[in-house]
Amino acid sequence: MTMMTYLEAINKGIEEEMTRDEKVVIFGEDVGGVKGGVFGVTKGLAEKFGDDRCFNTPLTEGQIGGLAVGLGVVGYRAIGEFQFADYILPAVNQLISEASRMRYRTKGDWTAPIVYRTPYGGGVRGGLYHSQSTEKILFGQPGLRIVTPSSPYDAKGLIKAAIRSDDPVLFYEHKRLYRLLKADVPEEDYVVPLDKANVVRQGDDITVIGYGMVLNHALKAAEQLSKEGIEAEVVDVRSLYPLDKETLVEAAKKTGKVLLVTEDNKEGSIMSEIAAIIAEEALFYLDSPIKRLAGPDSPSMPYAISLEREFLVDEEKVLNAMRELAEF
Amino acid sequence: MKQLKESGLNKEQIIEAYKHVLRGRRLDERLWQLTRIGKTSFNISGQGHEVGQVAKALAFEPEKDYFLPYYRDMTACLVWGMTSKDILMGSLAKEDDPSSHGRQMPNHYGSKEHNIVSHSSTVSTQFPLATGVAYGAQLGKKDYVTLTTTGEGSANQGEVQEAMNFAGVKKLPLIFVVENNGYAISVGIKEQYANETMAERGPAYGFPGHRVDGNDFTETYLTFKKVVDDARNGKGPALVELMVSRLTSHSADDDHTIYRSKEELEDMKQKDGLLLFEKQLIEEGYLTRDEMTAIDKELKAEINKATDEAEAMPDPTADTISDQVYAD
Amino acid sequence: MAIETISMPHLGESVTEASIAVWLVKEGDYVNKYDPIAEAVSDKVTTEIPSNFSGTVKDILIDVDTDVDIGTPMMTIETDGTEEATVGNQEVTEEASNQVNTNEGERTEEFMQHINEEIDKEAEKGTVELDTSPGNTPTTERSLTDDSQKARYSPAVVRIAQERGIDLNQVKGTGKHGRITRKDVQNVDISAQKAEATPSPVQTEPTPEPISKDASKPSPASTMGETEVVAADGIRRAIAKKMVQSTTEIPHAWLTVEADVSTIVKLRNELKDGFKAKEGVSLSYFPFFVKAVVQAIKKHPIMNTSWDNGNIVYHKDINVSIAVATDDHLFVPVIHGADNYSISGLSKEINHLAQLARSGKLESKHIKGGTITVNNTGSFGSIQSMGIINHPQAAILQVESINKRFVPTEDGGFKVADMVNLCLSIDHRIIDGLQAGRFLKEVKENLARFVDESALY
Repeated sequence: MTMMTYLEAINKGIEEEMTRDEKVVIFGEDVGGVKGGVFGVTKGLAEKFGDDRCFNTPLTEGQIGGLAVGLGVVGYRAIGEFQFADYILPAVNQLISEASRMRYRTKGDWTAPIVYRTPYGGGVRGGLYHSQSTEKILFGQPGLRIVTPSSPYDAKGLIKAAIRSDDPVLFYEHKRLYRLLKADVPEEDYVVPLDKANVVRQGDDITVIGYGMVLNHALKAAEQLSKEGIEAEVVDVRSLYPLDKETLVEAAKKTGKVLLVTEDNKEGSIMSEIAAIIAEEALFYLDSPIKRLAGPDSPSMPYAISLEREFLVDEEKVLNAMRELAEF
Repeated sequence: MKQLKESGLNKEQIIEAYKHVLRGRRLDERLWQLTRIGKTSFNISGQGHEVGQVAKALAFEPEKDYFLPYYRDMTACLVWGMTSKDILMGSLAKEDDPSSHGRQMPNHYGSKEHNIVSHSSTVSTQFPLATGVAYGAQLGKKDYVTLTTTGEGSANQGEVQEAMNFAGVKKLPLIFVVENNGYAISVGIKEQYANETMAERGPAYGFPGHRVDGNDFTETYLTFKKVVDDARNGKGPALVELMVSRLTSHSADDDHTIYRSKEELEDMKQKDGLLLFEKQLIEEGYLTRDEMTAIDKELKAEINKATDEAEAMPDPTADTISDQVYAD
Repeated sequence: MAIETISMPHLGESVTEASIAVWLVKEGDYVNKYDPIAEAVSDKVTTEIPSNFSGTVKDILIDVDTDVDIGTPMMTIETDGTEEATVGNQEVTEEASNQVNTNEGERTEEFMQHINEEIDKEAEKGTVELDTSPGNTPTTERSLTDDSQKARYSPAVVRIAQERGIDLNQVKGTGKHGRITRKDVQNVDISAQKAEATPSPVQTEPTPEPISKDASKPSPASTMGETEVVAADGIRRAIAKKMVQSTTEIPHAWLTVEADVSTIVKLRNELKDGFKAKEGVSLSYFPFFVKAVVQAIKKHPIMNTSWDNGNIVYHKDINVSIAVATDDHLFVPVIHGADNYSISGLSKEINHLAQLARSGKLESKHIKGGTITVNNTGSFGSIQSMGIINHPQAAILQVESINKRFVPTEDGGFKVADMVNLCLSIDHRIIDGLQAGRFLKEVKENLARFVDESALY
C-alpha cells in the first residue's frame, strides 16, 4: 500500500497499463513532453514511454476523438485526453457517430477500444467553461461507457479496467478530487469493474446515491447523522452509463427513502434517469417521494464566488437534505 | 488525355481496369433498379466517378493498405476486393453484408476482410479516423498506406481540416482524396468554398496537393502512384482532388433536373468517363467494340447471378437487435 | 405461368404518392426483368420504373398523370414459367406463406377458443373447490385465482384509502393477481363499505350510523360535504345499466378520421329552403352521414355484427340506431332497414323518430333491433368524443361538428374547407383497426360523392 492522491492513482494506473501493454498510447493537448497535462495526470509518461506513445496533439478535440477511433481500428488502445470536460463538445460527433457505433454498425467486425479521459466538476472558480458536468450529454449512447471514480482506490482500478476494456469508455475525473483525496492504494495489479455501482456505506434509514465530489459530501454527512442515530446507505454510482440498475434498485428498496445527489443541473441529469428506474422498479418499496438534490437549472457554474457557492451542492446542503428525508 | 500505355500497366491490367469500371457502372444501375422496384429503399451512386476511382485504387496495395471510403466509392471498393454480391447484400440489408450486416443504409461500404473501414453518414467523420489508422502504421513501423476520401462538399467540414492539419504535423502515410463532382446535393461550388481548387488546401497544411482529371485514367493512376510511393517511403501525406462528374441525381431521393440545366446534363453525358475510356481503349488497340460487348454481357450475367444470390441470403433476425452493443 | 402485379414503388424517404408520366409498355408487350416499364413522377424524383419480372404485360391499371399512393397496383404481368430462382417467384412464395399464416391464424383462433373454454371450466371448478377446501387447492386452480398481490398496495392506493377512510381489506382488487388498483379504491362506495364493514379493532375511524343495506337506497358519502340525494328514474337506471354492460363486456377501440364535407355544406345551403318547402322537414347534415355509413356497411358487413359467445353474428338488415338527446335522457331509436331510404327519406324518418322521443311516445318497436349506431354529437358542439357502443352492436360512429378550417391545397397554398371529425368506436373482439380504417375511408369517399340534388333521392 502506498498513500497517493486521486490524481497520482490515475497516473499510476496508466503507467502500469502502458508498461503491461505496448499497444496503449496516450495523447491530448499538453499531455506529452515535460508538462504532462495541465493538471499533471500524464506527468512522466512521455519520458518513460517515448514521444510516440505519449504525445501532444494540436488544439482539435474532434481530431483527438477520431484519432483514438482510428487507432482502435488497427489494434491500439488509445487514451485521448480532453483537457476539460467542457471542451468535449467539439468531439461529440466523433464520440457518438463513430466511437459508440463502430462495433454496432459492423456487428463487431470493427471495434474501437478507447479511453477518453477528461476532468469535470466545479468548485475551483472555473466559471462557465471549466466547471461543467457534461457527462449527461453523452449519457444514454449505447455502445459508449461512462465511468467516474470517487476515491483513489477506484481511480487506479477503474482506469486500468477502462484501458483493458474493448469498449469505448469515457473516464470522468473530478478535478476537485485530484489532490483533495489521499488514501492507501495497493501497489499490486487490480481492476475495478466498469459496470458496478459501489455501496460505500451501509445504513437502513435512508439511501443516498451520488458520485464524485458530492459523494464525498454524503459520506461526511452520513458520519455526522450517525451520531444523531440516523444511518445512511451511501452508494457511489461509479458506472454512469450503462447504470448498474440492480445495485441502485436494491439500495433504494433497502430503506425506501432515496436521495439522489448531483452537482449537475437538476433537470435532465443522470439522476433523472436513476429516479425513473427506481420509480419503475421499486415503487412498492418506497416510503417517500424520490428526492433529488442538484444544482439550479442555470446553464453552468458562474465565476463569482457568491454565484459559484449558490450553484454548488456542498456538504451542508447534502446534510440538510439527508436529515429532512430521514424525518419524513 | 495521356495514352494508356504511359501508365506502365500491361494490356491485361488495362483490360482488368476496364472491367472494374464497367462492373461499377452496371452494378450501380442494378442498385437503382432494385430501389425502383422497391427491393431496397435507397441508392446513392458514383456514376461518372468510376474511371478515376479505378485508377486511384489500382495505385494502392489493397491486401495491406487501408481504405476509409465515402458513400460514392463503390467502384474503388470493388477494386479493393469487395464483390458485387457483397455490395448487393448491403443494399438488400442481409445478415452477411460485410459492410454492416444490414444495420446501415445502402452504400456505407466496409469490409474487415479487405481493410475497408466502416463509415458513418455524418460526412467526413472518417478523416480523423484515417489519421489514427495511419498513425498506427507509424507507431507499429508498418509500411501500409491509408486512403480516405470524401466529396468536395463534405470536404468543408471542420474535422477534415483538423485531420489534414494533424497528418501534416505527424507526416502520416495518408492519402486524402476529394472527389470533386461540383455538387453537394444541389449546391454548387460557388456556395461551397472560395478557393480556386481543393488541391491548394494540401500545401496549406504542409503537404502536396494535386488536381487531376478523373476521366484521364493514366494521369490519375500516375499521380496516385507517386503520392502513394512517397507516403510509403516516409515522405508524408498528400491531397488529391479528383475531378469527376455526377451523372445521376444525388441519390434516389433527389431529382437533379430541378437544379441542373438540360444543356449541362446533355453535355455531361457526352463526356461520360466510361464512354471516353471505351473510345480510348478502342483507339489505342486494347479492345474492339465486339470484345467490349462480350465483356458487358458477361458482367451483366455476373450481376444477375449476384443479385439472385444476394436476395436469397437470410435477413438479420429480430432477436439480434442488441447484439454487439458492447464487447462482453 | 403466373399473373404478377407491379405496384407503384417507394420513390424516396418521404414520398407517399406518385403518378405515371408515360407508360413505356403497352398491354401485350413482352418485357424482361429490369426493363423500364414507365416513367414515374413524384414531388422528389422523376424516374424510370423497371419491371420486377419477365413476361407479357397483361393489364395497365392506372392512367397517366393520376396521383396514386405508393404501393398501388399499376400493372399486371403474365410471367414466364421458367423463372425458378427469380425475385418474382419469391414473392409468390411469400404470398403463399401468407396464405398459410392466415390458415394458421384461423386454427390458432379455434385453438384459443378451445383453451379459453377449458380455462373457464377450470375456473368454475376452482372457485367451487376453493370455497369448500381453501387450504388444499391444487396448483393449477390456484394460479387461476391467484390473489397474491391483493395485499400489495401502491403508494397511490394507500394515499387514497387514507384520504377516504377505506378499509382495503374489504376492497376487491381487479388488478393482476388481485391487486387493488387506484381505480378500485377510487370506485369504492364508502358508505356501503362502512355499512357492511365488520367493526374491527384496527379501524381508526368511528363506525358510522347503521344504515339500510338496501342498494336501491343511496346514502350520502360523509366525506364529501353537504349533499342532496335524488333517486334516478327508471330510464336513467336503464341507461346506467346499459352503459355498464357496454363498457364491461365490450373491449372498445377507437379511431378518428377527418373528412372534408365542403361539398355537402355547399349542397345543403343551396337546397335547404327548397327542401323544407317541398318535403316539410328541415334538411340537416345528419342524414348524409347516415346514408354514407349505410352505403359503407354494404361493402364492410363486419361493421354490422354482434359478438355472441364466441360467434360473430352478421346482421342482414341494416338498422341504424340514432341517438336523440332530450334535456334529461338519451334515447336511441332505430331506423329499420336504413338501406332502403334515400337521404330525403332518412331526413323524414330521423325527424319522425326525434319527434316521438321528445314527446315521450317512443315504443319498444322503435328502439329495438339496432345493428349499428350513428350519433350526432356535433349537434351539441363536440369535435371529438369516444362513444360507448350500444350493446350488443359492434360499432358506434360519432359525427362531430362541422367546422371551417384552413387546409393545405395541392399547389402549396391554403383553402378554407368544411371539416368534420368522424369518431368510431369498435368492438375489438370482432373488428380490428385495419377493417375499421377501411370502413372509415369508405364513409369518407361516400361523403364526397354527394355533389348535387340527385344525391338526395
